[in-house]
Amino acid sequence: MKIGTPKEVFDGENRVAMTPDSALQLQKLGYDCVIETGAGLAAGFSDATYEAAGVEIAATAASLWQESNIIAKVRPPSDAEAEWLTADKTLISFFYPASNKELMDLCASKGASVIAMDMVPRISRAQKMDALSSMANIAGYRAVIEAGNNFGRFFTGQITAAGKVPPAKVLVVGAGVAGLAAIGTSTSLGAITYAFDVRPEVAEQVESMGAEFVYLDFEEEQQDGAATGGYAAVSSPEFAAAQLAKFRELAPDIDIVITTALIPNREAPELWTEDMVKAMKPGSVIVDLAAERGGNCKLTVPDEKIVTDNGVTIIGYTDFPSRMATQSSTLYATNIRHMMTDLTPEKDGNPVHNMEDDVIRGATIAHASEVTFPPPPPKVKAIAAQKKDKPKELTAAEKRANEVAAFKTQTKQQVTLLAVGGALVLGVGLIAPASFMQHFIVFVLAVFVGFQVIWGVAHSLHTPLMAVTNAISSIIILGALMQIGSGSFLVILLAALSVFMAGINIFGGFLVTRRMLAMFQKS
Amino acid sequence: MEFGFTTAAYVVAAVLFILSLGGLSGQESAKRAVWYGIVGMALAVFATLIGPGSGLWLLSLILIAAGGTIGWIIAKRVGMTEMPQLVAAMHSLVGLAAVFVGFNAHFELGRVLAMDETARLALDGFAALIAKKDGVEQGILRVELYLGILIGAITFTGSIVAFGKLAGKVTSAAKKLPGGHLLNIGAAVLSLLCLIWYMNTGGFFPLFLMTLAALFVGYHLIMGIGGADMPVVVSMLNSYSGWAAAAIGFSLGNDLLIVVGALVGSSGAILSYIMCKAMNRSFVSVILGGFGGPAGEQMAVEGEQIAIDADGVANALDEADSVIIIPGYGMAVAQAQQSVSELTKRLRDKGKNVRFAIHPVAGRLPGHMNVLLAEAKVPYDIVMEMDEINDDFPDTDVAIVIGSNDIVNPAAQDDPNSPIAGMPVLECWKAKQVFVSKRGQGTGYSGIENPLFFKDNTRMFYGDAKDSLNALLAKIS
Repeated sequence: MKIGTPKEVFDGENRVAMTPDSALQLQKLGYDCVIETGAGLAAGFSDATYEAAGVEIAATAASLWQESNIIAKVRPPSDAEAEWLTADKTLISFFYPASNKELMDLCASKGASVIAMDMVPRISRAQKMDALSSMANIAGYRAVIEAGNNFGRFFTGQITAAGKVPPAKVLVVGAGVAGLAAIGTSTSLGAITYAFDVRPEVAEQVESMGAEFVYLDFEEEQQDGAATGGYAAVSSPEFAAAQLAKFRELAPDIDIVITTALIPNREAPELWTEDMVKAMKPGSVIVDLAAERGGNCKLTVPDEKIVTDNGVTIIGYTDFPSRMATQSSTLYATNIRHMMTDLTPEKDGNPVHNMEDDVIRGATIAHASEVTFPPPPPKVKAIAAQKKDKPKELTAAEKRANEVAAFKTQTKQQVTLLAVGGALVLGVGLIAPASFMQHFIVFVLAVFVGFQVIWGVAHSLHTPLMAVTNAISSIIILGALMQIGSGSFLVILLAALSVFMAGINIFGGFLVTRRMLAMFQKS
Repeated sequence: MEFGFTTAAYVVAAVLFILSLGGLSGQESAKRAVWYGIVGMALAVFATLIGPGSGLWLLSLILIAAGGTIGWIIAKRVGMTEMPQLVAAMHSLVGLAAVFVGFNAHFELGRVLAMDETARLALDGFAALIAKKDGVEQGILRVELYLGILIGAITFTGSIVAFGKLAGKVTSAAKKLPGGHLLNIGAAVLSLLCLIWYMNTGGFFPLFLMTLAALFVGYHLIMGIGGADMPVVVSMLNSYSGWAAAAIGFSLGNDLLIVVGALVGSSGAILSYIMCKAMNRSFVSVILGGFGGPAGEQMAVEGEQIAIDADGVANALDEADSVIIIPGYGMAVAQAQQSVSELTKRLRDKGKNVRFAIHPVAGRLPGHMNVLLAEAKVPYDIVMEMDEINDDFPDTDVAIVIGSNDIVNPAAQDDPNSPIAGMPVLECWKAKQVFVSKRGQGTGYSGIENPLFFKDNTRMFYGDAKDSLNALLAKIS
């Protein structure tokens, strides 16, 4: 089977869906690779480098579409391109099926299979082919670079012989993939970075990137990011108001604003209002990554850079990834290659379109002459859901009841023990002579005292306890001492040995205990 | 000196001993408490030496001094990691002494019984005490000395085997002679028959035969118990040595022996109980040795063990605010406590909250880990018991497991078929990240697979604990 990549026909698109590196990997999967002449030029890959990687060069787009079984490209196909599709072809590209319904119907009617890279479900297994994330990452990075390009000062604060330079203050709104990339770039350039997101659970990620999370003084039921596939959902009017108030408060201080707030399948929410732009200092920069969807700032003009009356630059470019075509082509081609790996389990150059597979099913929008969009929800949840069930708190009454029950059983146990023990002692007393009973009472009391005392011993002191009981159990020396003076040679010998051994024990035991206890120190 | 003075001295000594044990409730009071014990012992020995029935006191003093010197030297030299062996060895001495004293009591009894009335009146000391006994009392005396010898003999061989196992001189695996517990039961029945025989004849032979049987039981019983159960064994032997002393006290009619024996006996019994509870096993099952067969198929462990190097651990520690270290026997084996202490110090100097979580049966002796950490100058107020710290794991950034295995095994909670199901464990897997310092991929003493090592947030830090920690220390300034 052949994989072909045409030159992007969309105006200003510099990216390419196949790089020499990815072609090598695709060949390992058993595919032959074809590329239209000059397709990689804008991204920095010449035909010669492709040829060196074993890629066939097709002279025209028509011949490429003709001979390839699988076509991998970046942008959705133009109508003309879609016309070239036939029943045995598979198209892999960004497609945005929700807004490109007619094109989708056209492709489906041609009988071709279409895999939309933007529809890859957000599950862990599919991260390696999540082209939206890899493009967003680039957009976030580039947004900061573009802002810096239009910002007249340093990012980092410096104190130089020529005077003091204050650090730039950057606010990133929306801490998704693009937002986090922007935060990372901005902090590593040395700016003081603030970030905001409607999902408070991302605060930790934001702080891990070195930015400060902007908290609102607002109590609202926490949203569960897992329910919306990890994307933000629409917030309540009260929340939106609190959020705008906070931004209004921040606006005069902020030098650079990067907005990345998007809600799936909706127009971008307005977060940076006109009055906030007015409040900003001249020379400030706003980069609106949501420009394509109407912009988070209503003054944004898509694909253009404008300067407001009060000197604030607003950048509305929608082609940030294309502006870094080499990097974005490399990442995108790798995403495509991973998709092909999943499509080719046997590595024999024959794709298997397994519609039972969550990832392939989710990304496929047309298959076997039918539109297969929207896909059913994936079997695996997007991200781990928040833990909901905490162990049930016992009510005061239940606690009390438990305590009473425990107390009762304890009492029962104790009374039984006492009764049995008492009966035993009495029983012994019936048959044993008085001289024995005297000692026996002492014994029972000593056991009792022992139990009471030992329970209080700290766990950490159990080893010293053993050493000290060892030493004092050498009290058996008394017996030996009593016997040593009376009796035969054998008795004296055994008694002497006992005294000797007990002597070792007494000194050894006490000394080692003291050594141990001396080591316990408070901090 | 009169008998009254000796008794008074005994009372004082007994009080001092009780205070000495009670003082161990806290680290500070414990330092004072040892002195109570020492003074009590000195008083008791002194009172006995000058009291009735003693003689050859010069010889006695020389022997005490000689024994004391040896004890002194041993106590000075012993390393804290060798503490379990030392304790076991000392138990064996008490056991043997109890056997000897019991034999002596028997010989004296025989000698006194052979005398006629006038000769008896001329006796003094212990012999005089015996001479005053009537028939029933003599019978009781025999039972008492029989018990003293029996328990003493079991303690003696049991402690020697425990010593061998703890010192690594005997294989620590549970081993039984062919016949297993039948042999033990046989020996026990033999001892019982000997008692009846001895009561009837009063001869030395049944006593001797019983001693041999008891020596065998002690040996065989402890041989059949695996290394992981050693904390219970040592506390059990501790208890036995006390009961032996108490039994001898009965036969000699010495109240102080009875009191101290009972104190020590109950102390050991409580320790055994605490250890058993910490392992969720009944005392009987520990003593009978080996784990019971699993109730069913154990859960298969999924995932793989992911290794990490010192750099990775150092980075994680650098970012962590709270760290909990869980030491186990592996730390003692590798003598890594100094490195652990140094690591703790450096992390604490960086303002991180470092604490230790000690499972009751960590190590081979109750409280073993505490002593090792104390030796390495880890302040005791950051060393926590299991119950104190178990709830804190979810808020902990990094948990470091150093040479422990079963006490951090989640299977105890998750897998009802696991041999250790229901045993309280340290829930370290609830920490954000867990590092396990371990020599290799093998299972622990009990041979149970540990799912902790396969968890997503667990990284294995392979290698000898000391070497690993030293490599880690090089990365943390």
